[in-house]
Amino acid sequence: MIHRFANPTRFLRLADRIQPWAAGLTVVLGGAGLYFALFSSPADYQQGETVRIMYIHVPSAWMALFCYTALAAACATALIWKHPLADLAARATAPIGACFTLLALATGSLWGKPMWGTWWVWDARLTSVLILFFLYLGYMALNGAFDDPERGQKASAILALVGFINVPIIKFSVDWWNTLHQPASVIKMGGPAIHPSMLTPLLLMAFAFKAYFVWVLLMRMRGEINAMKIRAVRLRQVHAAEATSADAGAATGEAR
Amino acid sequence: MTNFVTILRRDLRLSFRQGMDSLMVVMFFVIAVVLFPFGVGPEPNILARIAAGVIWVAALLASMLSLERLFQTDYEDGSLEILVLQPVSLEVVVAAKVTAHWLTTGLPLIAAAPLLAVLLNMDAGGFAILILALALGTPSLSLIGAIGAALILGARRGGVLLSLMVLPLYIPVLIFGVSAVDAALGGFAARPHLLILSGLLLATVALCPWVGAAALRQAMRS
Repeated sequence: MIHRFANPTRFLRLADRIQPWAAGLTVVLGGAGLYFALFSSPADYQQGETVRIMYIHVPSAWMALFCYTALAAACATALIWKHPLADLAARATAPIGACFTLLALATGSLWGKPMWGTWWVWDARLTSVLILFFLYLGYMALNGAFDDPERGQKASAILALVGFINVPIIKFSVDWWNTLHQPASVIKMGGPAIHPSMLTPLLLMAFAFKAYFVWVLLMRMRGEINAMKIRAVRLRQVHAAEATSADAGAATGEAR
Repeated sequence: MTNFVTILRRDLRLSFRQGMDSLMVVMFFVIAVVLFPFGVGPEPNILARIAAGVIWVAALLASMLSLERLFQTDYEDGSLEILVLQPVSLEVVVAAKVTAHWLTTGLPLIAAAPLLAVLLNMDAGGFAILILALALGTPSLSLIGAIGAALILGARRGGVLLSLMVLPLYIPVLIFGVSAVDAALGGFAARPHLLILSGLLLATVALCPWVGAAALRQAMRS
């Protein structure tokens, strides 16, 4: 099944079909989510209006973890089955994930200032998310550090799999350590501990972010495929030029 | 096992012949720590408070600096290729090279640590725990670092890249290493932290040689 889409043309045809839907869902869900988040949901009785930061912060934090999981899965697929599109998917996922991680850190910092009285605390959740950000950066740096792109992909895939150990640590950091960051309140045993009026925009935004991820991922993968094509064409041109110049050299040599 | 010993002895002999290399790591360690009294001021209380953290961070950096040469020289002169072609499991090669790395860099760091602790005015009660924590932690650093060292083979600007990759993975060792010493200095039990450090060491011993070998294989294939 997964090898059906190893063919870039077939993949691009599927991507063409999915992309407009993903884009439309992003706009619709994001618009609805923002409306509910900014206008139609109540302010928190303790946190006041700042609670609205949650509707960006929480979905981007979820996406940060989701993207790294997707990255690790793509890297494992690339290493085990040598699936050609998995490499592309991994390379396209990393910058998106890094952006979501940065967004989660920045919004968290903005939220922390009025609520905790500080931009940053070194508690387990914040620190482990910061490490996640560094792992994304390390992955991207290693990926681009080789003259042979294939080497970079393999090496960085191994790094991504090693770094995956951080994902469960982030998830459970609020349970294992006694931290300032609050524990999970949406996905937990016994149902969400959050009122439906706030849960609705939160989930809408979460799905909007996910649709956005799919949209941008497909766009980036399309770009990667085109870059590969350009690279192949250039290499062919160089080889052709070398062959003709060698022929010309041989011809002049014979003339002498 | 004989293969392990052979490679270990070869690497040890190589590093002794080059002589200065492992000494330079210790010198870096000492100088990096000595910079702190200049940076934060010579008040004994402040220095005693940050001593454990400073020593650990400097040990981390020193151990990382020497990592680049773990596989690089063998990669450049082609002996790594021969090692890969031998009917020896590559995991054993990685384990042997990491052991040699630890013996030539980790052990000197542990030996130098008490001296630096004295310079930083650390309470004598923490010395034993500091040495114990370093003894448990530095092998993990070498093991984790071996993955990074294997991954950067053939990369541009490998050294900078190595720090970007390896330092985030070092953080758990740093956290529990420092908290063990701080616990001992504060009069709490250091045992749980040391146990976690041992757990980290066991996990890295079990996993890192395999990951490192996989990284070496892909480096050699292309």
